[in-house]
Amino acid sequence: MSNILVNAPKTAKRGEVVEIKALIMHPMETGFRPGPNGRIIPRNIIERFTATWNGAEIFAMEMSPAIAANPFVSFFARANESGTVVLRWTGDEGFAVEERVAIAVE
Amino acid sequence: MSARTLCLGLMLVFAASYAMAQVGGEKRRSGYQDMGEALQKMQDDDTANPGMLFVQLGGQLWAKPAGAENKSCADCHGAAANSMKGVATRYPAIPQGADRPVDLEGRINLCRTEHQKADRLPPENRDLLALEAYVAHQSRGMPIAPPYGPVLDAFRAQGEGIYRRRQGQLNLSCAICHDDNAGKKLAGIAIPEAHPTGYPIYRLEWQALGSLKRRLRNCLVGIRAEAWPLDAPEYVALELYLMERAKGLPLETPAVRP
Repeated sequence: MSNILVNAPKTAKRGEVVEIKALIMHPMETGFRPGPNGRIIPRNIIERFTATWNGAEIFAMEMSPAIAANPFVSFFARANESGTVVLRWTGDEGFAVEERVAIAVE
Repeated sequence: MSARTLCLGLMLVFAASYAMAQVGGEKRRSGYQDMGEALQKMQDDDTANPGMLFVQLGGQLWAKPAGAENKSCADCHGAAANSMKGVATRYPAIPQGADRPVDLEGRINLCRTEHQKADRLPPENRDLLALEAYVAHQSRGMPIAPPYGPVLDAFRAQGEGIYRRRQGQLNLSCAICHDDNAGKKLAGIAIPEAHPTGYPIYRLEWQALGSLKRRLRNCLVGIRAEAWPLDAPEYVALELYLMERAKGLPLETPAVRP
């Protein structure tokens, strides 16, 4: 389990452009740093973030080791129909978490 | 208008102007006021402030049973929104039956060992910081209100002594930077007045939540002094004095700092 904070409007007008912001707790370990024992700490990052609106992809990004811990993502989408936005983070060590938000379009 | 309403009206005017003078007369500055606008917005937005992730985690840990007693914090304290409101404004404090003050982190560990029969969480442990942030968050916006007493005052005096004592290879005291030169620049960064208003803080440089102890150790390394061991009473004494200096300033936990 991972801690996630999402900021998205509950309602939107049809055709309105809405901003969706998501913050997730993740170490984003680069794979370049030595640990206390002198050995390199294995890379552990989120590799990909995607957002779908009723199943259709509206946003996707690749993440790299240069991105800071607890990454914050903000993006815009046009509200065409009421539905569920599914945010999905996948990465190293089998990391895969999802968060759902419902947006009602009037 | 009767004399009575006039009198009441005048009293209200005086009270309002007195309150305004109090706000306007506040010369002390939290580190919040010295940050850029972008960081201030980050701290103010509960879904952009990364410290809130730890507050959320702390809320989960609050309800999770731990230790041989298999009790959670909530089993004794109930809802933190009621029981923990204002608590962080009063720490460090002396626990019942003890002879020395503990900080909030120490209090949480006391609860773990005495009531939950669990192991102490090590310093800077993520779960410990999360619980501390969750507890302190319940007092956000409340003025810092340190307690007093003969034992506390003695430790506080010790803390002030540390604050004013020169130490380290650079031969600097806390006061030289944070009293005499606060607001000026050190390596391009404004020197804050060192009011611990938002701990544990999410420091962007750390990319993590960190305690006041960690911040103090940073300062000690900065003046090339030897940092005390992690369990040293000096940190608590210093925190007692710093909280006294910051008395009345509102708590911001979890604060964001560069």
